[in-house]
Order: sequence, then structure tokens, then C-alpha cells
Amino acid sequence: MTTLLDIKGLHVAIEGQAILKGLDLTIGAGEVHAIMGPNGSGKSTLAHVLAGRPEYEITAGSIEYRGQDLVELEPEERSREGLFLAFQYPVAIPGVANLYFLREALNAHREHRGEPALDAPAFMKRVRQEMTKVGMRQDLLKRDLNEGFSGGEKKRNEIFQMLMLEPVLAVLDETDSGLDIDALQTVAKGVNAMRTEQRSFVVVTHYQRLLDHIVPDHVHVLADGRIIHSGDQSLAHKLEAEGYGWLEEVA
Amino acid sequence: MSDAAQAVEELSKEYRWGFVTDIEADSAPPGLNEDIIRFISAKKEEPEWLLQWRLKAYRAWCKMAEPEWAKLGYDAIDFQKIIYYSAPKQKKKLSSLDEVDPTLLEAYEKLGIPLDEQKRLAGVAVDAVFDSVSVTTTYKETLAEAGVIFCSFSEAVKDHPELVKKYLGTVVPQRDNFFAALNCAVFTDGSFVYIPEGVRCPMELSTYFRINAANTGQFERTLIIAEKGSHVSYLEGCTAPQRDENQLHAAVVELVALDDAEIKYSTVQNWYPGDDEGRGGIYNFVTKRGACLGDRSKISWTQVETGSAVTWKYPSCLLLGDDSVGEFYSVAVTAKRQQADTGTKMIHRGRNSRSTIISKGISAARSHNSYRGLVDIGPKAEGARNFSQCDSMLIGNQCGAHTFPYIESRCPSAVVEHEATTSRIAEDQLFYLRQRGLSEEDAINIIVSGFCKEVFKELPMEFAVEATKLLSLSLEGAVG
Repeated sequence: MTTLLDIKGLHVAIEGQAILKGLDLTIGAGEVHAIMGPNGSGKSTLAHVLAGRPEYEITAGSIEYRGQDLVELEPEERSREGLFLAFQYPVAIPGVANLYFLREALNAHREHRGEPALDAPAFMKRVRQEMTKVGMRQDLLKRDLNEGFSGGEKKRNEIFQMLMLEPVLAVLDETDSGLDIDALQTVAKGVNAMRTEQRSFVVVTHYQRLLDHIVPDHVHVLADGRIIHSGDQSLAHKLEAEGYGWLEEVA
Repeated sequence: MSDAAQAVEELSKEYRWGFVTDIEADSAPPGLNEDIIRFISAKKEEPEWLLQWRLKAYRAWCKMAEPEWAKLGYDAIDFQKIIYYSAPKQKKKLSSLDEVDPTLLEAYEKLGIPLDEQKRLAGVAVDAVFDSVSVTTTYKETLAEAGVIFCSFSEAVKDHPELVKKYLGTVVPQRDNFFAALNCAVFTDGSFVYIPEGVRCPMELSTYFRINAANTGQFERTLIIAEKGSHVSYLEGCTAPQRDENQLHAAVVELVALDDAEIKYSTVQNWYPGDDEGRGGIYNFVTKRGACLGDRSKISWTQVETGSAVTWKYPSCLLLGDDSVGEFYSVAVTAKRQQADTGTKMIHRGRNSRSTIISKGISAARSHNSYRGLVDIGPKAEGARNFSQCDSMLIGNQCGAHTFPYIESRCPSAVVEHEATTSRIAEDQLFYLRQRGLSEEDAINIIVSGFCKEVFKELPMEFAVEATKLLSLSLEGAVG
């Protein structure tokens, strides 16, 4: 099996405060990894570091992605190389139409791959194809990006963008938070439809319920900046039932 | 330091209109006195009444002081060092465009304003003003068929003296302010528009101003008269060469709208802004005012201000007619060390007069951007309404945004609303867009044009595209 992402001894600090303290994680092509763990353990930091958020400083360790040094790449280069982050709190950008933004983004990806830009009809055809998969309402496409979207609408929009951009590695940062069960199932359906032997997912979540719908190959527990325990889907159930307390004894 | 702020540090946009056209000019010596004014008037073969009008303004100006209330800091202007008249040398009077010096045509071609017959902007009539004189006006004949007069100010003085005499100085009086008085004394050329009763002007009218000669001031004067029930949309654009010294631009624009008439006046101002250290650039001190004389008349100002080292400009509306409407839509972008103090005045006198003010200020690098606006409602302006919205956006942390709204209402039935916001271009917005594959520069452009959308949609279609491009050019290099 090919390795897609290889994180070794990763230390990350924000404004001088250490958050990740020696994290190791290897993700193979086509795998789904769930990252669980208590609040403040560094789950979201990991997601943002992978996407290249500028405020996060890598103080030690390495991240290799598709054979490249990921740390050397700008956020937009990571994106064009197929790394997608579904944000926990997607920001609103007033005055910028959702569809306009998406077309610019998609064409930036196509240009990077040496493909011609999609014209309006071809783009709209793709849009119609993908939006039904996540139950995106038509009017949200014309609205300003995330402006006045409900929590659920924002999350659907993230997954819709993921479907449109067809990433190689998708990182879902607590996409399930704030979703009702119907929305959760729709989101999971969108993700499952995208699972292939090449495409991998990192699913950051607090709750096991998402993992009933998106079945992970591996489940990791992140605590105090390191992965302290790994297992399969049954680990998620155990965590749901027993919490994280027992792990401190194991560790 | 944040990425965006660091990027702004490295702001080093090249001004693409900075070239100088090497052309022989016929100029007055530097300095200002009554002889210079007589010289200008004689050069333009003006009637005696206009010369006397200029001299009266000059004498008033001599007793006036330069205004100091604006939030602007600049070295004192030495009015005796400025050249007040400079014209490209022409051997004889021109009867067609073929006789215009090709160097001049090339200059406009470089600016993207084709004047020659084959390449004219479709559907837009252009008056091109180079330094102190109008070079040519396109589509004159087509307009004449509709009864529309669109010509240089000098031509209007010769061909339509009765109209000029009737309206000149009626909206902006000679003594209105220091720079307006100066303009009255030394104005050189500009555009004149007359739309007869009931006529809808068949095309967009546009004037393109270019300062070329060194040490020369540009003092153009524009007068637009819209008779009852007429309609016109007018656009001006401006650029200047890149020079180390500051150049003065002090224009006056007067608009008159009679009953049911509508004037839409758009500006894309891109004078040379100076370099990163604040050397050079245009001092832009402009008085623009429209009088809604007639009932149900409407004047709408839209401006996109990206250039000039210093901008002092308040396009205003005198809402005298009942049910008259005034609008002001503004985008002002400052980068480098630019300073802008701009806004509007809405003077409500007519009953049920209405006004809308939408102002978007964007400051980057070490620039300062102020909105200054007055809403003044007289005791008889029953039912008058105003809505003002002033939004500021900051890029980086060394720039400033300021809002100075003044509201004076002496009419109990009037309704005035004011909203203001200030935001910093957020790191998380930038990161979000970059995470989707957009470069930092594209991300900034997208956020900024979204911020300005309400104003851009007021621009004539042809120019909305230009304005968007200009905006991204002004902020180009705002990222590293």
C-alpha cells in the first residue's frame, strides 16, 4: 500500500505555546482515519497545520505528503496538490457569490493540473451533479459565501466544495458538530460517495455517531499533543461508552 | 507579523500610466498674477466678460486661506512655482482627427483610450483633455443629431456663450472655497454637456484627463446641464505621469438638473499616487457639486478613487426641488502613503427630498483614508430622508481609517439613518480562500471586490470591469 501522508515527531506551537508534542501518524492511500480526543488535545490544530495555517509554527518534526515536504508548500499549493480542509467554522465573505468563488477555486486547481478552465455551462453541469449529493439548496449557490448560512448549511457547503474539488486527502474538522441527524447522514453520504482506493480522509470528531456513517479504517486518540492510542472502529464505541479516563491508565 | 501585513510592507506596485509623452508644448511661465490670467484668457480667445469673471475670482482668491480642516498632511503648495497653462503645440486649427499629432493619439492609445475612428470605444463618446486643452471629442455628429451638445469647455464658450454665461458659477460660487476660487481664475479646459428637454442621451459620455507636462497644474472645469425630463450618464477618467514632484489638480464640476432630469456622474480617478515613501503624486483638490433645481430631479455620483497622493473631494448634491434625489456611491482605496479625505454633502431643501450615501474606504500600507460627510436638512424640507452607510476596511496594521459624519436637521419630520463599520481584512478569510487554492493576491482581490460590490454595480457596465481591474492593480504587490 502507498503512503499518502507521513507525519513524524511533529511539534507545533501557537504564539509560543506548545500544542502538538511529538505526533506520529501515517496514512495510506484509500484509508479513512478518525482522530478523537478530549477538548484541547490538539485535534483542530492538527487539521489546520496540515492545511498550512500561517499562525501555527512547526518547531520540530516533518510532514511528508505524496513524497513532498508538505511544510514547504504554501496553503494554496497544498490545496492544488489535493489537500482539502472542511472547516469547523467556515468564514463568511460578504459580497462574494458562492458560485463565483467556487469557479475561481476550481479553475485554479485545473490550471495547476494543466487543464483548461471550465466554461460556464460545463461548470454549471458539474455543480448540478454534485449539489444533489449533499442536498445543497439552489439559492445558497447564488448567495454570498457562507453569509447568513445556518450552521448546517455551512457544513453542507463545505462538503459540496469537497465534492467539486475532488481532493486526494480530505481533512474534516468536526464537520458533524452542530448537525442534526438528517444533515449528518447527508454529509456522510457525500463522503462515502467519494471513497476510492486513492482518496484518503482524516475525520476529526468528538462523537462516535459520525463514525457509524463514515466507517473508519483506523481510530486514533489524541491527548496532550500526541497520539496515545490507536485501534479500529470498536475503539470509537468504547470511547463513547467509557470516555477517555481509562486511557490515562493504559498510557 | 501576519502574512497580509507583511505582504503590505512589500507593497510595490508599478504605476502603469507613469510614462511621459515627449511633445512640444506651448506653456505659460510658472507663477500666478493677473497677467498670467490675461495670457490664459487670450490664448483661449475668450470674450471680455469671461476674462473679467476670472479676474474677479483671482482677486477673491488672493484674500482666501488654504483650508486646514481636512485630515491631511502635506507640504505647503507654492502657487508661484506652478505652470498654469500648457498645451501641446499645434500648427493650425484642427478640422478632423487625422490632423491631431500622432504622438498624442499614441499617448491615448497607451492609456487604452482609442480616439481614432476605427477603434473607438463602442457606445461611448470621449472628450480627451491633455494638460490644459481638449484634444478631440468623438461621436460629436451622432450626438448633435439628438440635440446633445458635448464639447470642450473652450468650444462651449465660443459656440454656446449664452448657456455658459447662464450657468457658470451658479452651483459652485467663485468664493465657495480656496481651490474653487483658484480654478475660476485659471481654469483651462474641460467638458461641456447640454441635454435638451426630454432627450435621453443616446450614449455614455466620457472625458479622459491626462496631465503630461512637468510642474503643471491641471484646472479643468466641467459643466453639465440637463433640461427638463432629460437623462445623461457621464464618466471621467484621469491619469498622470510618474514624477518626483507633486502636481496640483484643482477641478470644478457643476451639474444642473431641471424638473424630472437625471444626471449620473461617474469617476474613475487614477492620478499618480506617488511612490512607497510618499514622493511625488498628484494633489487632488476638487469641488464637485450638483444642483437638483427641478422637482423630481436626480443626481447620482459614483466614484472609484485609487490614485493621487492627496485627495480632497466631496461631490455634493443641493436638493432644491421637491421629491429630488441625491446619491453618492464611493470606493476610495489608499495604499503606499496616500491620504484621502473624501465624502459628500447632501443639502436637503426640497420637500420629500431623498439621499443615499454608500461609502467604502480601503486602506493599505501606510495610508490614511477618511470619510467626511454632511447631511443638512433645512426647516422646509418636510419628509426629507437620508440613509448613510460608511464601511472601512483595513489591510495591515500601519494604515488608518476615519469617519467624520456631520448631521444637521432642522426639520422634525426628516428621517436620517447612519451606519458605519470598520473591519480588518481577516486572516481567517484569507486562509479560507487560500485553502481552496486561490493565491493570496487573488484572495485579497476577491475579498476587496466583494466589499465594494454595492458601489461597483452603480458604475456603467463598461467601466465596472475597468474599476475592478484598477482596484486589483492598486493593491497589487500588497501581498509578498
